Amino acid sequence: MKFPMNGWFVALLCGTATAQTPYPPAPPTNLVAVDHGWDAATKIDLSWDLSADDAEQVRSYQVLKAVGRIGDVTIEPDFKPVESVDPGTAEFRVKDLKAQLKRWKVEQEYGDNEAIAALLADGSKSFKIGYVFQVVAMGKDGSRSATQTASPITPTMQIFDGSRFWFSVMTFIFCGAVIAFIYLARSGMPLKIRKIAGLDAVDEAVGRATEMGRSVMFIVGIQDMNDIQTIAGINILARVARTAAEYDAKIEVPTSRALVMATARETVQSAFLKAGRPEAYNEDLIYYVTDEQFGFVAYLQGMMVREKPAACFYMGSFFAESLILAETGNSIGAIQIAGTAQPAQLPFFVAACDYTLIGEEFFAASAYLTGSPEELGSLKGQDVGKLVVAAILIAGVLMSTMAAILGPDQGIGKSLVDAVKYLKDVILT
Amino acid sequence: MKRLIPLWITAVAGIVLIISYFIPPLQGWGEDAAIWFDVLAGIAFILGGGNILKIHLKKISDRVPGWGFSVILLAAFLLTLFIGLSKIGVHPNPLYPTYAWSGYYRQNGTPFWWLYEYAFKPLTASMFAMLAFYIASAAFRAFRAKNIEAILLLGTAFIILLGRTFAGVWLTSWIPDDSGFAGLKIENLTVYIMQVFNTAGSRAIIIGIALGIASTSLKVIMGVDRSWLGSGEE
Repeated sequence: MKFPMNGWFVALLCGTATAQTPYPPAPPTNLVAVDHGWDAATKIDLSWDLSADDAEQVRSYQVLKAVGRIGDVTIEPDFKPVESVDPGTAEFRVKDLKAQLKRWKVEQEYGDNEAIAALLADGSKSFKIGYVFQVVAMGKDGSRSATQTASPITPTMQIFDGSRFWFSVMTFIFCGAVIAFIYLARSGMPLKIRKIAGLDAVDEAVGRATEMGRSVMFIVGIQDMNDIQTIAGINILARVARTAAEYDAKIEVPTSRALVMATARETVQSAFLKAGRPEAYNEDLIYYVTDEQFGFVAYLQGMMVREKPAACFYMGSFFAESLILAETGNSIGAIQIAGTAQPAQLPFFVAACDYTLIGEEFFAASAYLTGSPEELGSLKGQDVGKLVVAAILIAGVLMSTMAAILGPDQGIGKSLVDAVKYLKDVILT
Repeated sequence: MKRLIPLWITAVAGIVLIISYFIPPLQGWGEDAAIWFDVLAGIAFILGGGNILKIHLKKISDRVPGWGFSVILLAAFLLTLFIGLSKIGVHPNPLYPTYAWSGYYRQNGTPFWWLYEYAFKPLTASMFAMLAFYIASAAFRAFRAKNIEAILLLGTAFIILLGRTFAGVWLTSWIPDDSGFAGLKIENLTVYIMQVFNTAGSRAIIIGIALGIASTSLKVIMGVDRSWLGSGEE
């Protein structure tokens, strides 16, 4: 099809083009970059005076960032956009910055620069960097104002991270409460703990395995020893192994991490020693399988189906394999006890296991099984933490409700809204 | 001494990690402590590999039932180890062309990549896929209406499942969006249950877990809990 390019159409096109010529807004002025106080040298605060066309023409202000100095060498900044802020906004906090760059990073990114190459010759492991910031007003018609550039600035590392002040206060209160109750328990303060059915069932499960002449299988999750859930699982293994030693039951502990295997061996050996049956300990029953999640699951499934353990314990950190293991155990008729701190896996264990230690019960198991005053004291300290959390929750709910009743836009209502915002964004973040 | 030194290492590393979280100039110490663990875990690979060899060679030697599986496992283990370590078929990194082993070990087209893509990945995917069947069987058992609690669970699950399907949305599409009963539309009911009841319940569990983790960590750092060392005694 041929398009009719007659005179009036061309004139119309030209006219339209003239009408749409972008007219850039006036630039923002007085851009100042200041180091943010009490941080880990990760933030810079920017402020500027609004564009004269802020109300009419500005769609947003774009903040740009570049490295402008490495050590004492000034380099050509390569600006990259950081964020766009709404018109009427005259300040912005740039986050995730660094005060220094590692040598290899400087080599990789700026090694071609001759001055930087000379700088690298001094053998330093890291180099101080200076940032340059720009702000530009973006017009509603797609135009850009002239840019405003701030002087280079290096963020400074402070002695204390102020954004973590409230967290440090809570840590202090919680740790103080746990330590205080441990000492009170040592001095003879009577403490009790509620019944946990899953832990009471340990003897029953091991006894059943003994009667049936089958093994007890204990899985300490699939994470390494740096995961606190693995440590909690090892604590429970100590008790299960001791019971197995007393009942003369065979306990098998396949692990998915070699360090966990080494720890589990120590724990089980010690449990057999305490039970007075060191000769019954067989270290070959505590072995490493693989680090791979589904490789580990494949092995366990095969083993469970072939050997049919009478009792299965799943105590530790589990992910997608939780239900595969628990359902396989269920299909072979094993008595199953699980415990994990992975909230997403709890429903699967609850559905497929006989007993499940939910969240904090899992961590309380050590205190429950040993009954030592120090451990029970730590649980009491935990209760103080719960009281603090409950108090904050109630305060937040009351303030939000009152603000809604009184009107959130003025007077006390507005103050309450600000207080809730501070609670959420500063204290609890 | 066998117990005392690990206890001191744990206490010092734990305290350093806590303090470095609040004091930025010490963050490097915390990172160093984490690297020590990585070094230990790296060495543990040798321990794990040795254990695999020992256990399965013993099974083959004793001709225990299923020893054939051990043969397959060892063959696969040694083959993968050899191909991976020797970087067979891996081209040098273009940045360091004079270093023969500088290429990425899982470079496309190499034997190791082939093993990963065409043996390892399908096997793990198959295991993961089995989860769908286990979810069905577990749901069948969990949702049997045996008592009041189970009936409530079944009813809630029914609403949630229905609300995530087209049929659920269609069933209550006759309720006008601007009416006072719009909250009873299945999809809105699903969102309400998930955001209010489910969130409240799971947050309570998460708060308990967080406090439990903090308390257990503190016990380990203070040496109150020593069962991870194998024994409480010196």
